[in-house]
Amino acid sequence: MSESEPAPLLSVDRVTKRFPGVTALKDVCLSLQPGEVLALIGENGAGKSTLMKILAGVQLPDEGTIRVAGNSVTLDSVHTSQSQGIALIHQELNLSGNLDVGANIFLGREPRRFGLIDKDTIRKKSRALLKRLGLNVDPDTLVDHLPIGQQQLVEIARALSVDARVLIMDEPTSSLSQHETERLMQVVKELRCDGVSVIYISHRLREVMELADRVTVFRDGENAGELTREEMTHDSMVQLMVGRDVSQFYSRQPHPPGDVALEVSAITSPLDPGQRLSFQVRQGEIVGVSGLVGAGRSEMLEVVFGVRPTLQGHVKVGGRQLRLRSPVDAVEAGLALVPEDRKKQGVILELAVRTNIGLAGLRRHRRLGAFLNEAQEKADSAAMVKKLRIKTPGDLQTVQFLSGGNQQKVVLGKWLAMEPTVLLLDEPTRGIDIGAKHEIYTLMDQLAAAGMAILFVSSEMEEIIGMSDRVIVMHEGRITGELPREQLTEQSVMQLATGG
Amino acid sequence: MKKNLGILAVIAVVFIVTAIGGDGFLSAFNLYNLVERISLYAIIGIGVSFVIVTGGIDLSIGSFIGLCAVTFPFLVIGHNVSLTTGLLLLLTMSVCAGLFHGLLVTKLDLQPFVVTLCTLMMYRGVARHLVSDSTMGYSDERFQPLSLMVGRLSELPWFEGQAWARHVPVALLIMIVIGVLAAVFLNRTIYGRDLMALGRNREAAHLSGINTTKMIILAYVLCSVTSGFGALLFALDVVSVQPSTFGSFYELYAIAAAVLGGCSLRGGEGSIFGVILGAALMRLLMNSIQMLGVSDALEEFVIGFVILLGVIIDVIVKRVVAKRRARQQATVAAGAE
Ligand SMILES: Nc1ncnc2c1ncn2[C@@H]1O[C@H](COP(=O)(O)OP(=O)(O)OP(=O)(O)O)[C@@H](O)[C@H]1O
Ligand SMILES: [Mg+2]
Repeated sequence: MSESEPAPLLSVDRVTKRFPGVTALKDVCLSLQPGEVLALIGENGAGKSTLMKILAGVQLPDEGTIRVAGNSVTLDSVHTSQSQGIALIHQELNLSGNLDVGANIFLGREPRRFGLIDKDTIRKKSRALLKRLGLNVDPDTLVDHLPIGQQQLVEIARALSVDARVLIMDEPTSSLSQHETERLMQVVKELRCDGVSVIYISHRLREVMELADRVTVFRDGENAGELTREEMTHDSMVQLMVGRDVSQFYSRQPHPPGDVALEVSAITSPLDPGQRLSFQVRQGEIVGVSGLVGAGRSEMLEVVFGVRPTLQGHVKVGGRQLRLRSPVDAVEAGLALVPEDRKKQGVILELAVRTNIGLAGLRRHRRLGAFLNEAQEKADSAAMVKKLRIKTPGDLQTVQFLSGGNQQKVVLGKWLAMEPTVLLLDEPTRGIDIGAKHEIYTLMDQLAAAGMAILFVSSEMEEIIGMSDRVIVMHEGRITGELPREQLTEQSVMQLATGG
Repeated sequence: MKKNLGILAVIAVVFIVTAIGGDGFLSAFNLYNLVERISLYAIIGIGVSFVIVTGGIDLSIGSFIGLCAVTFPFLVIGHNVSLTTGLLLLLTMSVCAGLFHGLLVTKLDLQPFVVTLCTLMMYRGVARHLVSDSTMGYSDERFQPLSLMVGRLSELPWFEGQAWARHVPVALLIMIVIGVLAAVFLNRTIYGRDLMALGRNREAAHLSGINTTKMIILAYVLCSVTSGFGALLFALDVVSVQPSTFGSFYELYAIAAAVLGGCSLRGGEGSIFGVILGAALMRLLMNSIQMLGVSDALEEFVIGFVILLGVIIDVIVKRVVAKRRARQQATVAAGAE
């Protein structure tokens, strides 16, 4: 570091962290100036979250030094870290669903009066914090009752409440709507003006370009390079992250579709019982479902998959009517659902990668009526780890130790291994790095070319427009319109999404 | 095997200490009885571990054992029902009890603890009322064919005349058969996999197309059927059955055996071999307390204490093993650079 530069507020020097079977970080360095927004990017499993957990005092490094304002510190607990002014917004939600919003924001740091928790102050301060984030909910609402995007905002409010000097955001926008994202970016800019330093992790390069003063790139647990604001372009970032060129990003090449694979006729809308929902997806077609967060898109997928009961209407798969009683029927009929919340609904964290991948195919591959087909399971899991490039020391690794994006690939692998005829995807690329995203798009294209019908919900306008042959747009529980590929523009979709 | 190191160590220590300090511990008679008791408790421990794997619990086992144990002679002696019909009725009763628990837990989403706490009391009451609190006996010769199950191996045609078989209880053989079946079920069939998966994350399992409701109900049925069968063995073994006390606390012994053997009450984890070891440790302890002349009054304390110790040692061993593995890998990684 040159003499003329001001001393960094935070510096990480040659930090190494090993886990059984993986070296997550190898001699990595990073520095942060006061009032700077530093973006940290890298592929899934590059070690971003691991370094952030070390900074937040959740994990200890094996080697290396961390300095705050020039002094070497040992961050051995979340508390120590917070007292150094470092706050982390975790990649995965860490809220207590059974407590209300206010209690979550001040958990562990409750203001007291006469020794008792001061509910009034909590309520008042929470309301102010939430307002700053543009979230209009009552602090007394139970967190469980909020949609996932709003829960994420509560998590952010909690970090803001610490009054940190260094605020770390680990993929804060992965479950936010466009509007919420914009609001958050505004907040980050305001924080920078107040002199707070921010480390911002995201797979969405557009956000990075808008916010960051500087970008640090990790690859396979090592520093891969750094870009100043001037050097920052989409291509330069991708180049450093992936180590190769990912130009032709959306690879959708529509084919003439085949027979109707999925037919949904007049099912009751889960959000608005007065409305009926009908649509079709043909073989080889990729149909996007767009809408604002809370438009009832996930709920609609859940009805189709038999998770949610419907009062009326029916669903046909390959011309045969489906009993909409439980996912068991849906899976048997050849449907697959990659759900929105991978940690809760997608993977079983404590089980191995192989077991997770084998889960959906258990019944199909069983031998002698009841026995596990371990050879098949092993082969499937090896094939999926390879095909989806799941980064893991081996397929016997427990899924909880995989990085977020790789967990998502495990969920995909579970379904692809059983070759469904209709694939339902709910935010399939959430939290997935750019290389893997590209792979997933290519995969969707290939699957469709092979005759699979794909219905995917996404809040990312770019991928909706880039990947869909046709888009169904929803607003407040009803379908407001359908757009063919030729008419897809951000404006046309947004217009329908806001009610037409 | 590695997982059960802690408990194996405790068993070894208790065994050696008792062998040295206790008179008659190593006698053929004592060891025979010990092995038989271990087998019986292991059987009900295996039963409850199915439920524990799903993240549930069955507290009603003890009083259900009491109920079954009085109902059987009530039918066979009191109402002249044939042995086969009696057994079939017993089986039906067990299946119904399991269905009842399972349906309440899944369809009404009641907590297993609450459901089985209530049935614990209900079964006991029914048992006492059914026979007006009078003691039931199993000494009638109509039970003769069944008593083979609590006899010596040498009484079975296949082992006739073999000297060693005189020192081995048939119950051990039964327990091994049940244990092997259960282990195969849990580890090698899709149903066992279903149970393990849903015990960890019911929602994700459900969304993977596993019929979680059916599987949970099945677990409760298996548990009750095993308890019903266990009831028969226990009753045949002691011959006379007190409706008000027979089987009391057996559920706790069964649960303790399962937990000692590495089942997590949080669900999704469990090994049948471990459960058998857990039952072995518990019975061994009770036996050594007698043999070592420890005051009867201290019995429960000692058992509780040693179980806690066993669980603690188990956790520590696991941590040390995990740490050592991490360190090994770190040196391997460092060497590779
Ligand atoms: N507790 C742990 N035990 C074992 N391995 C771990 C653990 N935590 C992380 N890892 C491994 O360390 C590597 C880095 O993971 P990390 O979560 O830091 O990645 P990331 O860059 O945040 O990825 P993503 O973009 O997917 O969130 C991965 O290979 C992961 O599997
Ligand atoms: Mg991460």
